Amino acid sequence: MNKNTSSTIKELQTGLAQGKFSSTEITADYLTKINLLNPDINAFITVTQEKALEQAKVADKIIADGKGTALTGIPLAHKDIFCTDGTRTTCGSRMLEDFKAPYNANVIENFENQHTVMLGKTNMDEFAMGSSNENSFYGPVKNPWAMDSVPGGSSGGSAAAVAAGLAPAATGTDTGGSIRQPAAFCGITGLKPTYGRVSRYGMIAYASSLDQGGPMAHTAEDCAILLQSMAGFDKRDSTSIDKEIPDYTASLNNNLSGLKIGLPKEYFAEGLNVDVAKNIDEAIKQYEKMGAVIKDISLPNSKIAIPTYYVVAMAECSSNLSRFDGVRFGHRCEDPKDLEDLYKRSRGEGFGEEVKRRILIGAYTLSAGYYDAFYLKAQKLRRLISQDFTTAFEEVDIIAGPTTPEVAWVTGDKSDDPVSMYLQDIYTISVNLAGLPGMSIPAGFADEKPVGLQLIGNYFDESRLLNAAHQFQQNTDWHQMSPEEK
Amino acid sequence: MQWETVIGLEIHAQLATKSKIFSAASTAFGAEPNTQACAVDLGLPGVLPVLNKEVVNMAIKFGVAIDAEIGRESVFARKNYFYPDLPKGYQISQMDLPIVGKGQLTISPEEGTSKVIGITRAHLEEDAGKSLHDQFPGQTGVDLNRAGTPLLEIVSDPDISSAKEAVAYARKIHSLVQFIEICDGNMAQGSLRCDANVSVRPVGQQELGTRAEIKNINSFRFLERAINFEIERQIDLIEDGGTVVQETRLYDSEKNETRSMRSKEEANDYRYFPDPDLLPVRVTDEDIERIRATLPELPEQKRLRYINELKLSDYNSELLSSSREIADFFETALAQLPGQSSLLANWILGDLTGALNKSEMGFADSPINPEQLAGLLKRINDNTISGKIAKEVFEAMWNGEGSADEIIDSKGLKQITDSGAIEKLIDDVIAENPGQVEQFRAGKEKVLGFFVGQIMKQSKGKANPGQVNQLLREKLKP
Repeated sequence: MNKNTSSTIKELQTGLAQGKFSSTEITADYLTKINLLNPDINAFITVTQEKALEQAKVADKIIADGKGTALTGIPLAHKDIFCTDGTRTTCGSRMLEDFKAPYNANVIENFENQHTVMLGKTNMDEFAMGSSNENSFYGPVKNPWAMDSVPGGSSGGSAAAVAAGLAPAATGTDTGGSIRQPAAFCGITGLKPTYGRVSRYGMIAYASSLDQGGPMAHTAEDCAILLQSMAGFDKRDSTSIDKEIPDYTASLNNNLSGLKIGLPKEYFAEGLNVDVAKNIDEAIKQYEKMGAVIKDISLPNSKIAIPTYYVVAMAECSSNLSRFDGVRFGHRCEDPKDLEDLYKRSRGEGFGEEVKRRILIGAYTLSAGYYDAFYLKAQKLRRLISQDFTTAFEEVDIIAGPTTPEVAWVTGDKSDDPVSMYLQDIYTISVNLAGLPGMSIPAGFADEKPVGLQLIGNYFDESRLLNAAHQFQQNTDWHQMSPEEK
Repeated sequence: MQWETVIGLEIHAQLATKSKIFSAASTAFGAEPNTQACAVDLGLPGVLPVLNKEVVNMAIKFGVAIDAEIGRESVFARKNYFYPDLPKGYQISQMDLPIVGKGQLTISPEEGTSKVIGITRAHLEEDAGKSLHDQFPGQTGVDLNRAGTPLLEIVSDPDISSAKEAVAYARKIHSLVQFIEICDGNMAQGSLRCDANVSVRPVGQQELGTRAEIKNINSFRFLERAINFEIERQIDLIEDGGTVVQETRLYDSEKNETRSMRSKEEANDYRYFPDPDLLPVRVTDEDIERIRATLPELPEQKRLRYINELKLSDYNSELLSSSREIADFFETALAQLPGQSSLLANWILGDLTGALNKSEMGFADSPINPEQLAGLLKRINDNTISGKIAKEVFEAMWNGEGSADEIIDSKGLKQITDSGAIEKLIDDVIAENPGQVEQFRAGKEKVLGFFVGQIMKQSKGKANPGQVNQLLREKLKP
């Protein structure tokens, strides 16, 4: 495995600033690579070639005028869950095959204000429901490290695009691990911020109380640079939090000496692949070398995280997806004979199998007579899970463990068994239930496929996570590996 | 068998905010379809609701006005069902934790009676859009201008026992929400709509009968008729050996009947759950006190003050405090005419109300303003004109001919109080009617009226009636 030739945002920033290349040039390079490799990898649902080149031209002018900001002229790929004014937003669904939002999501707005370049919209599991990207109406995404394997999901397109060098970085969203798990499977760095840190406005909702947008890139430093633009209060999202945004790059080089890292015993128990475990152990040793203090901790309610998550997420999605009814936008069936027929066929045709499954289960858990046993119970368990973390963070600064129990599986292997797929989210899901920030960083290979190390921080402690991840990357080169030169 | 009726009302009052409950779109009535529906109202993918704080203040104002408990932490919940005019496939409402808890309202269903009606709760919710079934043959149009309009749903306890009480209660709510300026009360535009839960049971029976809910009644007259129809329908049904089924019914005002819409079995399971897009609304003691301080004098307080301090009758007090418009009219006029509350009440509730009703106008559009009416009554009090002439001046004033003084002047309506002039009139009439003089002197008192009539006629109504009476008696003495 060789050094990656793909550039980081940091390198592109420097190159643009020094005039080594223009935004138009690098944009054209990425587009060329997309045109070459995307037909195979299928990381993009929509490539916005013309728009990208136009934006690059504008960015070059701004840079030439000395008015550029940190991200001016940087090409990015956006998960197709973020609404983009004038460019279709499908959310991986047939339902929105021709949907063009009349507005930009807050995250897109923040980037456009800095004149970044949008290369295209990345593939994803339909409505972000899935852990393998097999649930996309636009076809599965291939893992650039092992073309027969899944890239993870739901932000699989974004992860594969970055890993394959089709984009220097991408946006993703994470409801139960949808940034961290594909980042782990594709050997890149992904950050799910604290719930409320990044506005959800214009991000098509899967499970509102869990969804959070975040960056996916080669390095922690790039994630810090991107988060700086993504984070912030937005009055259009009542759950976004009005809290000062720290300078995320400023603390990247802080010394890790004395950093208390907790290892939850539940994350190293049965079910964890032995080879994955070895890599994680090595990574922990690396942290010890850097001066961190390792502590064994317990998150006793981890085992109930998966059922709790699936009750909450499915309940919310069953309601969130009601607006896709064929009346005002989205897929509408041919010649409906009456209203009920319009609803049934439009939704029946527009949604894929996994989406239907989750809507049905969700509606069931909210229905009269079951609400208390399922939804209310799950809310109570959710509080217990959060409490576990609160207790843990009284003792440690960050929590570390594997992002996933296994590496990327072969496409199709788990598609007949939804529950075995749900179980793959075991280490990532609690973080969403608690609303905490979490990262996945490359930490080695098992079976020649990337392994991700997960770092979990306290609320709004993204700086510390990024610092810990960056220091690890200063001392390892897993993040610099490229599948191209494997 | 003797039957008694149990009624509970759910009143939807549209809150008078400029923008919608969860979006910045305007709430103005009557715009072209779908011109006042933004991305949030259309339920586009990715948009999120943001609470308009003004609706919370208005709900609290209502809560304080009915002495209710205010929810310190109220929660918005989603009510899930599919309908084309419900863009998101759910309505944002409140379920377990409403903003206004238990309160009460006193009504006077009949003169001199009063009854306390409990209010179970009042909660905030968004209105749906409108389905237009008659504009496109074979198709249904959807207008989402109304979608997201803020509503306060006020739910009464089942304390109401007749259609008449129901109307009295609904009128009281109607008046109250206008008094505290949270709703314009325009029923024709749907600003206040009623659902009535009606059941009957044999007198003496403890448990409630099965209820039917009559939906969306938009006038007091229809409310009374719909309930009366429903009571009769249920009694007839039971007496014929049938049973009432729990269902939703619709009132058809043209046929004056209620019709079944859907039964309990067909009813939706709304799958309520807390809306994860909105945070709980927290209300502090300070918030409540701040809002309480903005409350105007309430109808009930006014009614009691009119009775106790202004010494008006119960009936007049009830009427004068029945709406903000009429109370404001009365109090403004009274300020010009201190101490004359009774005279004012009679004119406002008599001639003025009569004239307004005849032209289907409200007090707010009265062509005679309170100052003008007070000006007229002043001239009665100081004997410039008689009560009878006052009616003539009133009519001229109604027609926009100026103030009372201007009209009295220009029409020469000033009362004749000069004894000499009146005596002259009397002498003439006595001279012309010797027969009647004899009759009176023979003891036929009634003839006096004839003389008064003749003299008033001669004076064109301007002779002071008191003086005429007194002088006439003196002159007719044998």
